Amino acid sequence: MVDKLNDDIGEKKRLQLWEMMLKLRLVEKKAYDLFLQNLIKGTSHLALGQEAIAGAFGVALKQGDYTFCTYRGHAHTLARGSSIEGVLGELMGRQCGLMKGKGGSMHLTDVDKGVMGSYAIIGAHLTIANGTALASKYNKTNEVSVCFFGDGTTNIGAFHEALNMAKIWNLPIVFVCENNLYMEYTPIHEVTAVEHPAADRASAYDLDRVIVDGNDADEMLRIAEKAISKAREGKGPSLIEAKTYRHSGHSRADPGKYRPDEEVKDWMENKDPIKNYRAKLLDFNINEKIISEIEEKIKDQVEKATEISMASPIPEIKEIYTDVWANGGSEWHN
Amino acid sequence: MAQLTYRASVSLAIAQSMRKDQKVFFIGEDVGAAGGVFKATVGLLEEFGKERVMDAPISEQAILGAAMGAAMTGLRPIAEIMFSDFLAVCWDIVANQIAKTRYMSDGQINIPLVIRTANGGGSKFGAQHSQSLENWSMMIPGLKVVAPSCPSDVLGLMDSAVKDPDPVIFYEHKSLYAFKEEIEQTDISIPIGEANTLHEGKDITIIGLALMAQRAKEAALILKDKHDINAKVIDLRSLVPLDLQTIKKSVIETGHVLTVEENPRLCGWGAEISSLISEHCFKNLKGPVTRVTTPHVPLPSADILEDNTIPSVELIVNEVVKKLKENNYGNNNAIPWRNS
Ligand SMILES: Cc1ncc(C[n+]2csc(CCOP(=O)(O)OP(=O)(O)O)c2C)c(N)n1
Ligand SMILES: [Mg+2]
Repeated sequence: MVDKLNDDIGEKKRLQLWEMMLKLRLVEKKAYDLFLQNLIKGTSHLALGQEAIAGAFGVALKQGDYTFCTYRGHAHTLARGSSIEGVLGELMGRQCGLMKGKGGSMHLTDVDKGVMGSYAIIGAHLTIANGTALASKYNKTNEVSVCFFGDGTTNIGAFHEALNMAKIWNLPIVFVCENNLYMEYTPIHEVTAVEHPAADRASAYDLDRVIVDGNDADEMLRIAEKAISKAREGKGPSLIEAKTYRHSGHSRADPGKYRPDEEVKDWMENKDPIKNYRAKLLDFNINEKIISEIEEKIKDQVEKATEISMASPIPEIKEIYTDVWANGGSEWHN
Repeated sequence: MAQLTYRASVSLAIAQSMRKDQKVFFIGEDVGAAGGVFKATVGLLEEFGKERVMDAPISEQAILGAAMGAAMTGLRPIAEIMFSDFLAVCWDIVANQIAKTRYMSDGQINIPLVIRTANGGGSKFGAQHSQSLENWSMMIPGLKVVAPSCPSDVLGLMDSAVKDPDPVIFYEHKSLYAFKEEIEQTDISIPIGEANTLHEGKDITIIGLALMAQRAKEAALILKDKHDINAKVIDLRSLVPLDLQTIKKSVIETGHVLTVEENPRLCGWGAEISSLISEHCFKNLKGPVTRVTTPHVPLPSADILEDNTIPSVELIVNEVVKKLKENNYGNNNAIPWRNS
């Protein structure tokens, strides 16, 4: 049984984490339904199954902190408090979208919430996240920058450039590798010289080797809080490798057939972060009624946000020509 | 009144911007203690210290990424890419990230940074340390492209580039670093997007940039002295934004146009200008717009080869004389890539 007396996390934070993860799950599921209805065009990369990582950081970060994520970034954006209709609206190309349809699924950005963008070219955002961290150091303020990326990203040069720079300049940043065992379609071990794509490279940059079960929300929260405090106290960067698994294919177009059925089944049935966390909440004697009330509340929020997004107008064509430049326009000659 | 080199005006321009605005910092490889491989940043570390003048590892992506991230928070970084050729190793950060993030974010993010870089040939460095790459950045929406031709323009345009709320790529020409000018006032500002007239004339409009603008000016002096041709020389100063009005005004007067570019022929900026002129001033033209470029080859290294690749003053003079005196519009230095 769990040791309630020595519970370092506590009921309040656990329920916060539960609500957060559930929201990420239910919005992604809704996004999937909306593709099937052809209301979302283009591509989309769902983070179903990886909610504990974005969720834990969402709980651990403060307002003013900066986050950077990848094209698989709906969850990380919502985790900072962006509105559901802002995310779904963007996916559907509506005016209520976070960027009014200018960016789409792979580029969710919400600066007011510290969501400094979602990046679709592998590796780039690790270097850019160093920049917000550098700004905090330069201005002697104490925000922390957090950068999420996949296992496949550890094999591109920008990863290595960014880690080295973060270390030599002692930047207040946390790099979070979500190792979901596959790059796009290829198992990560087939294309990587080391077993643990991020953690086994840490020593090259004089960083600690940190591996965590990314589907254990409590463990994720502990690791996130520790790395964030370290950065905030001026003690420099961290690199975390969180092991996880995506429930769906790489993107909308991918049925994920390259993964063995047994493996998928094991992760879905035995290692689902949401299912397991619900059981853990009950272990901690949290009233099931409270848990279900949160479930109902989130379901309701997602339905309402979906209605708002569907009712929101599509962008005006003149938007094509706005916001290339800071003057709001796109002119390049007089 | 003091004589200032283009090289010295670079470090002075950066220093002036840093003195005026605490948000400005400078980052690059070998820029601090060493003062830059072209000695164009000497003295900055001593004046501003390590917090504001940062010697970076050989990590072009990380340098520009850090500059971009810092700019996203409102700082105003100046980042150096040692040779413009090295933009190729961080082109993702330039073309995909810095250029597009404002638009993709629906204007939530501004990126007020300057990337300064040593550009152009003349040093016999061979094909990977000599290119003129302004047109690479010109074709990406979201980047401003500046290329000063003299020390006063370095001072004035750098001031504007640092203050600009949008990303600016600032191409310094290696063969101009030793160029000297008498300068009265160093703390000046020149708006980006205003071309400069280096020589007045009503017979032909010659349009150049950076070193080629200076060569066009020298050619104009010879044309006047020896051939009785009065050429108007327009130094564009920036490709984006482009001062189309100044070009149009001159073309309406002269009816003849030659662009002088240091880049290889295909898709050089002169092609875009030529197309704009035919759209906007077709009725004023007395003959086709022609272009002087380097041939469509990588730049060779040996003296005689490089000197005969990059457009020279004589080549410009000859092209103008051919056009105006012989009615010959065939371009002699750029043929081999096309079917004859
Ligand atoms: C530079 C670059 N190369 C290739 C791609 C195509 N691509 C998109 S996602 C992806 C896989 C990335 O794998 P990983 O980092 O593990 O992230 P995951 O998708 O598993 O979250 C690839 C190869 C890209 N977007 N950018
Ligand atoms: Mg992966």
